Amino acid sequence: MTTAIEFRDVTKCYGNVRAVDGVRLQIEAGEFFAMLGPSGSGKTTCLRLIAGFEAPDSGQILLDDNAVTALPPYERDVNTVFQDYALFPHMTVLENVAYGLRVRKVSRAEQQRRALEMLALVKLDAMAPRRPHQLSGGQRQRVSLARALINQPRVLLLDEPLGALDLKLREEMQIELKNLQRRLGITFVFVTHDQGEALSMADRIAVFDRGRIEQLDTPRGLYTRPNTAFVAKFVGGANVIEGALAQRLAGGASHDAPAFAVRAENILLGDVRNSAATDVMRCEGTIVDVQYHGAASRYQVRLSSGELLTAAAPDSIHQAHWRVDSAVSLSWSRDAVMPLQAAAASNST
Amino acid sequence: MSATAAAAHPAWLRRASTFLYCRPTFYVLLLLIPPLLWLGTVYIGSLFALLANSFYAIDEFTARIVYEPTLATFRQVITQPAHLDIIQRTLLMAVAVTIACAGIALPIAIYMARYASSRMKALFYVGITLPMWMSYLVKVYAWRLILAKQGILSWLLESIGFDRVLDAVLQLPGVGGPSLASSYLGMFVVFVYMWLPYMILPLAAALERVPESLLQASADLGARPRQTFWHVTLPLAVPGLAAGSIFTFSLTLGDYIIPSVVGAPGYFIGMMVYQQQGTAGNLPLAAAFSVVPIVLIMIYLSLAKRAGAFDAL
Amino acid sequence: MRFERRPSTDGNGQPVRSSNAAARPSLFIRVAAFAGLAFMHLPVLVIVLYAFTTDDRTYAFPPPGLTLHWFDVAFARSDIWAAMRLSLRVAALATLCSIILGSLTALAMSRSRFRAKESITFLLILPLALPGIVTGIALLTAIKFASIDPGFWTIVAGHTTFCIVIVYNNVVARLRRLPPSWIEASMDLGADGWQTFRYIVLPQMATALLAGGMLAFALSFDEIIVTLFTAGHERTLPIWFFNELFRPRDRPVTNVVAVVVMVVTFIPILLAYSLTRSADERN
Repeated sequence: MTTAIEFRDVTKCYGNVRAVDGVRLQIEAGEFFAMLGPSGSGKTTCLRLIAGFEAPDSGQILLDDNAVTALPPYERDVNTVFQDYALFPHMTVLENVAYGLRVRKVSRAEQQRRALEMLALVKLDAMAPRRPHQLSGGQRQRVSLARALINQPRVLLLDEPLGALDLKLREEMQIELKNLQRRLGITFVFVTHDQGEALSMADRIAVFDRGRIEQLDTPRGLYTRPNTAFVAKFVGGANVIEGALAQRLAGGASHDAPAFAVRAENILLGDVRNSAATDVMRCEGTIVDVQYHGAASRYQVRLSSGELLTAAAPDSIHQAHWRVDSAVSLSWSRDAVMPLQAAAASNST
Repeated sequence: MSATAAAAHPAWLRRASTFLYCRPTFYVLLLLIPPLLWLGTVYIGSLFALLANSFYAIDEFTARIVYEPTLATFRQVITQPAHLDIIQRTLLMAVAVTIACAGIALPIAIYMARYASSRMKALFYVGITLPMWMSYLVKVYAWRLILAKQGILSWLLESIGFDRVLDAVLQLPGVGGPSLASSYLGMFVVFVYMWLPYMILPLAAALERVPESLLQASADLGARPRQTFWHVTLPLAVPGLAAGSIFTFSLTLGDYIIPSVVGAPGYFIGMMVYQQQGTAGNLPLAAAFSVVPIVLIMIYLSLAKRAGAFDAL
Repeated sequence: MRFERRPSTDGNGQPVRSSNAAARPSLFIRVAAFAGLAFMHLPVLVIVLYAFTTDDRTYAFPPPGLTLHWFDVAFARSDIWAAMRLSLRVAALATLCSIILGSLTALAMSRSRFRAKESITFLLILPLALPGIVTGIALLTAIKFASIDPGFWTIVAGHTTFCIVIVYNNVVARLRRLPPSWIEASMDLGADGWQTFRYIVLPQMATALLAGGMLAFALSFDEIIVTLFTAGHERTLPIWFFNELFRPRDRPVTNVVAVVVMVVTFIPILLAYSLTRSADERN
């Protein structure tokens, strides 16, 4: 595989804020790559640095092993799908899609033919003569996709492209985007704050926090082996256990790490009197909140030592229905324990 | 990709574009050079020339300007009772006009911002903007027709039997005159008319920015409409009032057309400036006199700024 | 002042009805509002009426009779035509200059942030904030100081100075509402700075530019306060009119010219309004 995009120690500051802080990153050609993180974590700035809308304060950005750090957006072989779609209101749908060809002085007939082709690809050729404001949100999204793809870029950048769509449309578009990427073989770089979206679509995910990449891994890798407390919490909302409680539960024997994470669905709820097997970690507490989620319920448990843990249990009839204020025991297998890096874990809380 | 681009689009243009794109500060500077050169030399240069002139004086005998810096002309402006009279008269008129404009504009702006349907609002908007932009001189002239001795207003007052009242008002010292068209009252009416739109528009805009929920909250908490007006609407309208008053105050202070067309005998600052540079040929005195409204407006601007006027402009 | 319609809208651009059915305006507010609106238009009606009066001596109301005679008289007067031509030439040139300078300033000020920005804004509004007489006398002292012969060019220079801000206000308001992502999208798709300006920015600001130009034209055509200082021996239409006011020999002709001036300034203003409105509705 070749490298499509490379960041070499890229830093970008806005005033005193380091939006991107010494990021090192390689994105392979043909990859569906997601940048995931809360707002203000630097993921969108990274995307804008690739597109050329911002210039880094230090470091280098390479596209296909060529330094593009000093090139304006119109000299870069990447195209962008904007969060607000950025369709030009004074042009028709067809003119919008053909714009990339028009500014390259492609003949008018050729513009028309290829724009219609692109519109057909996103199943909107019937909408060609309309204006953007006459389209629905989902249609606008696809027009903006067709417009960005008409120049056959090496890399397509997508900035929260599904954020403005409703849930059902979002799920459809996820599948459509994934298919499109597979068919065209173009590198997709996708920015999102929605961990579900990133997990279900991406080949690899970079999790951003405070301008740095916390972890770069496959979706499964991120979910099952989070490196830091931040990643454990942000991806899938795991329980992070550290400090004295971690020491006590680990028993000092099998785990050297003073911090680890456990997913809610791996925690078993039980009666306090139930004795436990030897191969599990156990603690006790009181339920302070129950959230019903249909397939499962989530229980907030306050431990006697003060920590708050979340356990998820399937909502079957055999299951005892725990109520708020019930005293419960929590237990999980040692296999479910995900050790975290100490340094990162301690500075995130 | 750049190679495929642009057979017809000259490559040097593209290079120039890239050059500017990578140097945003230089690009902005390049854009700003022509307008700043213009305003800097023509306008600021002129203001400095004016200021410089106010520090000269005129030789009483030869009527020529003596190019030696002196404060004599300024001393003349602020010590001669006749001059102080003019400044006081102008200032009083500006304050009176501003207050009257605010009083008349408030109900109109409230109606526009709160009650008018969107069509009615558009009608009001056009109905106020069009007369505002209409020829200044023609409007002044129209008022001379309206206020003339046998004009519409006297005809109207006569036909409802109020001509005695008019006569009585015109007899009042300091307000009246031989006819409405040559009285301070007439001048006041014309000033109010001319600057009223400048008060209504910022005021309506300021009121429109007040969320309706604030008024509903006030009513919900038990305030009667009058209380809501005094405790909620009016305080929130202050920035708009202040913004509008900058115009009404400043425009009245510097005007010399209205006092000379719809004129009472007393002089105003603007007339004094115009007359001194023209018939009297005393440019230093005219310059020194024109510094008076500048100073007054600077003081007023700093007061208005504190009331939030610049946010409502 | 600019022609910026401020329809109140919510975030999605849907008009918000600020009228509240529960709270009807009090009678006082309604009467005051409509009386105020009528008051604004009283002079327009008077000017139109008096242009047709048969009375050539007084301002008597009601007019004793109506006639079109004075239009003939006015049209035959060469001094009026000369003043009119001069005013149109001045207004056209001042508008052109202020369109160029005003839109350059707007383009520079709409996006970037820099330290001198506030001072430049202040410099721009100064010619409007200070009374016209200050601008007038300042220009006159500069003209005398530089020993320039006042005339056509000095009038244009004076008018341009305060027309720049009119164009600037209109254009900058439009440019600020232009989402930065449109320009980025254009460049992203391969358009360089010039192409982006030509295809995206210019079409978006065209109506605002035109509207600002119209207003500048109307303002310049009608200007008297500054012009009296900078005109020298030239006579623009407002100066002709102003002199006529103190020599009431041809009072009916003055009335006719008043109507003509009103119409000439009205047309660009109406155009500016409709341009602004249609652009607002499209976006």
